Amino acid sequence: MFPFLTVLVALPAIGAALLWALPSSALTRVREIALGITVVEAVLFVIMALQFDKGDAGAFQFSETYAWIPQIGASWALGVNGIGLLMVALSVILVPLAILAAWREDKIPARRRHYLALILLSQAFMVGIFAARDVFLFYVLFEAMLIPMYFLIGSFGGAQRRYAAVKFLLYSLVGGLIMLVAVVALYFAGPGGEQAFLTDNLTGTLDLTTAQERLMFVAFFLAFAIKAPMVPVHTWLPTVAEEARAGTTALLVAVLDKIGTFGMITLCLALFPEAAQWAAPAIIVLAVISVIYGALLAIGQKDMLRLVAFTSVSHFGIMVLGIFAFQATSVEGAALYMFNHGLSTGALFLLVGFLISRTGTADVDAYGGLQRIVPVFAGTFLVVGLSALSLPGLSPFVSEIMVLVGAYPVASVAVIISAVSVVLAALYILLTYKKVFTGGVPAETPATTRDLSLREKLVAWPLVGLMLLLGFVPGIAIDYLREPSADVVAHVTLEEADA
Amino acid sequence: MNFVTPTIDWAALTPIIIVLGAAAVGILIEAFVKSPATRRTVQLGLAVVALAAALGVVIAQWATLEGAGTVAMAGMLTVDRQALAWMSILLVFGILAMLLFASRDGGGAFTELGASTPGSLEEKLARRAGLAVTEVYPLALFAVGGMMLFTCVTDLVFLFVALEVFSLPLYIMVALSRRRRFLSHEAALKYFLLGAFSSAIFIFGVALVYGATTVTNLDMIGRGATMIADADPILLAGAVMVVVGLMFKIGAVPFHSWVPDAYQGAPTPLTAFMGAATKAAATAALVRVMFVAFAPLEWELSWLIWAVAIASMVLGTVVALVQTDIKRMLAYSAVAHAGFILVAFAGLEGEALTALPFYLLAYGLGTIGAFAVVSQVRERAEDGGVGAEAVRLGQWAGLGKRSPLLAGSMALFLLSFAGIPLTAGFIGKFEAFSAAVAGGAWVLVLIAVLASAVAAFFYVRLIVLMFFTDAPEGAEEVIAIEDSALTRTVIYVTAVAILILGILPAGVLDLFADASVLLVNAG
Repeated sequence: MFPFLTVLVALPAIGAALLWALPSSALTRVREIALGITVVEAVLFVIMALQFDKGDAGAFQFSETYAWIPQIGASWALGVNGIGLLMVALSVILVPLAILAAWREDKIPARRRHYLALILLSQAFMVGIFAARDVFLFYVLFEAMLIPMYFLIGSFGGAQRRYAAVKFLLYSLVGGLIMLVAVVALYFAGPGGEQAFLTDNLTGTLDLTTAQERLMFVAFFLAFAIKAPMVPVHTWLPTVAEEARAGTTALLVAVLDKIGTFGMITLCLALFPEAAQWAAPAIIVLAVISVIYGALLAIGQKDMLRLVAFTSVSHFGIMVLGIFAFQATSVEGAALYMFNHGLSTGALFLLVGFLISRTGTADVDAYGGLQRIVPVFAGTFLVVGLSALSLPGLSPFVSEIMVLVGAYPVASVAVIISAVSVVLAALYILLTYKKVFTGGVPAETPATTRDLSLREKLVAWPLVGLMLLLGFVPGIAIDYLREPSADVVAHVTLEEADA
Repeated sequence: MNFVTPTIDWAALTPIIIVLGAAAVGILIEAFVKSPATRRTVQLGLAVVALAAALGVVIAQWATLEGAGTVAMAGMLTVDRQALAWMSILLVFGILAMLLFASRDGGGAFTELGASTPGSLEEKLARRAGLAVTEVYPLALFAVGGMMLFTCVTDLVFLFVALEVFSLPLYIMVALSRRRRFLSHEAALKYFLLGAFSSAIFIFGVALVYGATTVTNLDMIGRGATMIADADPILLAGAVMVVVGLMFKIGAVPFHSWVPDAYQGAPTPLTAFMGAATKAAATAALVRVMFVAFAPLEWELSWLIWAVAIASMVLGTVVALVQTDIKRMLAYSAVAHAGFILVAFAGLEGEALTALPFYLLAYGLGTIGAFAVVSQVRERAEDGGVGAEAVRLGQWAGLGKRSPLLAGSMALFLLSFAGIPLTAGFIGKFEAFSAAVAGGAWVLVLIAVLASAVAAFFYVRLIVLMFFTDAPEGAEEVIAIEDSALTRTVIYVTAVAILILGILPAGVLDLFADASVLLVNAG
C-alpha cells in the first residue's frame, strides 16, 4: 500500500529544504513553489481521506511501522484514526491558506523564502505528530516542532518578538522535558523490546504502581496543558499572539495547540486511564477556570490579537472539560471542537492580520466605522466572529453544545458555569465588532482603506464555507469521531470498573 | 619477590604504538626539517595519517576481536570492545582537531615562538621570520596516545602514568596561544597547578586503596572490596579520592575551577580538542574504575556521584547564564555536561556502557564544531588585518544574516547541547537518562531535566543574538568572518554528523551496544 502518511510528512520537509536550497535567481517564484507544495500535499491528503474506512474509524488506518532506533524501542510508526485524520486535515487546510495570507508580507525575497520554508517545516512536524503511533516519535516531533516555531515567532513580527519567542520556547521546553522523564520511564514500565514505544504495545500493559502512574500522567498532562494553553500555564500565548505575525499565530493556535488536547486524548487517557480518572475533578476545575478567566480577560483586551488569544484559552477550556468528562458525547464534541476551533480561530487571526496589514495596528481603539468603507471585510469578520461565540448554524456551536450536553450528567456544575462563557463570548465579539466596524470613522483612518482583495477572500471564505457546512451537516465530521471517542471513553471507564 | 618479565601482546597495542610512535617521529622532524612551512605540512600529514592508520587498526581489531577482548601486559591493559569504541571516538576527535590546528586563519591559533615574551622585540622578529610552533602536532599526538591508553588501562598505577602522558602535553599547548598570550599563560599555569593537585589526590587515593586491598589491579580491587566487610574506611577514602581525581579531568563541580580559565585562555582549536577528548578519556577511565573496581562500593559512592552531578548541573547552568564571553559560556556548559555525564553513572547500570560513549561522541562533536565556529569570528586588528577572536556575546549579533551557514551550524551545535530532538545531543541525553532511570535514580533525572531547561535558555540566547538581533552600525568593519577551508570542513563535517546521529542513530547505537561489555581480566 502507498505510504501516504510518510509522504505527507516528508513532502513539506523536502519542500522546506528545497526552498532553502533555491538559487537566488529563482527567489521570485518562492511563494508559488511553497503554495504548490502545500496544494500537492492537500491533494494527496484528499486521496488518502477518500480511502479512509469510516466504518472502522476507531482503528488506526494507513498504518506504517518501520524500525527506527530499535535499541531504545523507537519505531517510525504512523497511522491515523478518525480524530487524527481530522487533525491532519486541519493542518493541510490551514497551511496553504496561511501561505496565501502572507503573500505580500515580506518585501525581501530571502526573508520570504525563510518564512515559507519554516512554515513548510512546521507542517511536516504537525502532520507527523498527529499521525504518530509511537510515543518516542511523538515526543521527538513534539520537541523538534519548537525549532521552526521559535524562528517563526522570533524572526517575523512585532518589536518584542524575541522576548515572545524565548517565552514560548521556555514554556514548551519545560513541559516537554518533564514529559521526557515520563517517556523514559515508559520504556521501563512497558513491555520493552524493539517496539517498546508503540502506543499499541503500551496501552494496557504498563506495569506501574498507582503513584507512579499518577506521576507519569501529571508529567504528560503538564506538557499538554502548556500546549493547549490552560490557566495557569497559558501566559505565553497572549504574548506570542501579540508579537508574532498573525499568520504564524493562526497556525499556532488553530493547529499546533491542538497537539495539547490531541495528546490528552491519545496519550494521557489511553496510557494512564486510572490516573486520568483520579485527576479528572481537578482538571475539570482548571478547565472551568480557563473558560471563564479567558473570556473575562478577552473582554478587557485592547489588542485584537491578544483578545483572540484569550478567547482561545476559554475555548480550550471547553475542550478539556469535554475530554475529562469521559462521556462519549462530550469527548466527541471536544474532538469536533478541536477541528472547528481551528477553522474559526484560524480565520479570525488571519482576518485581524489583514486588518493590521492595512493600518499597521491591532489596537481596537484606533478603528471605527469600517463597515461603511470595507463592507465585505466587515461582513466576513462578523460571520467569523459569530462562529467564535458559537452562533447556531456555524460549526463551533454544534461542538460546544455536544461538550456541554455530554458533560452535564457528570459535571453539571462545571457545565452551568461554563455556559456563562457563551454570554461573555457575545460580549467580547460584539463589543469588538461595534468598536471597529460601526460608529464614526476616526480621522486618521484613510478613506481609501481597501476592502478584501480576491486573495484575501480566497483565504477567508473557504474557512467560512466549511464552518457553514459543518454547522448545518455536522454529521460528515462526526462520523469520523464517534468510534474513536467511544473507544477512549470505554477504555477509561472500563479500567475504572476493574479498579 | 621474583620479577617475571611480562609477555606483552604487542598486536593488541598497535593503535597506541602507532600514535605514540608517530609523535616521537614528529619530534625528530622538528629537528631535521628547517623550513617552518614545510614542517607544518609534514607534521600535519604525519599526524593525520598516523591517526587515520590507528583508526583503521582499531576498526580491524573490532572486526577480528575474538571473544570479549585481549588482556595485554600482565593484566595491566585490556583491549575490549568498550576500549576500542572509546579509542575510535578519541581518534576521530584527534583527526578533526589536527585539521583545526593546521587552519591558518588569523595567522594560525598558535604562537610563533612559545619562549618569547609577549609583546617583545623577540616576538616581532619571530613573526617576521615566519616561525611557527609546529611541535603542537607531536604534542597532540602524545595526548591522543595517552588518552587511548587511559581508556584501556586496568591498573591504577598505570592509569596514573597514562593520566600524566596526556595531561602534560595539554599543559604546554594551553600556553601557546598566538593572541592574548598573557591570558593563555595564566590559563596554562592554573590548569597545570590544579592538574598537579588532582594528580596528587588521585595517586594518594591509589595508595590508600593499595593499603586496604594490597593490589592495584582494578579487577582484584573489585574482588577485594566485596570481601572487606562493612566498607573499610581506608578503602572508601581511597576510592573517593581516585574518583575525585578523575572528576577533575571531567570538570565536574567542585573540581571544575580550571575549566573556565583553561577553556578561555587556550588557543581555540586546543579548547575544542581538550573539551571533547579529555572529557571522553576521563569518562572512559571512570567507567572502568567504577564498574570494575568500585562496583561493590556502589551504594557508598552513590552520594558522591549524586552530589557532584547535581552540583555540576546546577552550578554549570546557573553560572553559564551570566557569562558574557562565549568561550567561558561554553566552558560552563561543559561543566553542566559533566553533571549530565555523571547522571548516567547512577546505579551503575549496564545501559550506561552504551549511553556514555554515545553521549561523549555527540558532545565532543558538538564541542569541536562550536569552538571551530568561535575561531572563525574575529575582531579586526587596528592595521586592518584579522585580529583576535570576537568572544564577547554582543559581537555575535547579526551573524545569522552575514554568514547563515556558519551561524546555522553554531545553532545546530547549541541545540544539540541543549538536547533538542533530531540532534545527536538529544539521543545522548535520552540514553544517559535511561541508564539513570534503569538505576532507579528518578529524582536525579528530574533534576537533570530541569537543569536542561535552564541550560536551554543560554544556548538560545546566543541563537537569538545571531539570528534575531541586528548587528550594530559598522559591525562589518569591526568583525571579520574568516573562511578557512580546513576549519569550515571541520564545522560542516561535525554538523552533518550531529544531524545524522540525531535522526538515524541506530547504527552507531548498535556498535556501542556491542561495546557494552567490560572484559574483566583475572590478572
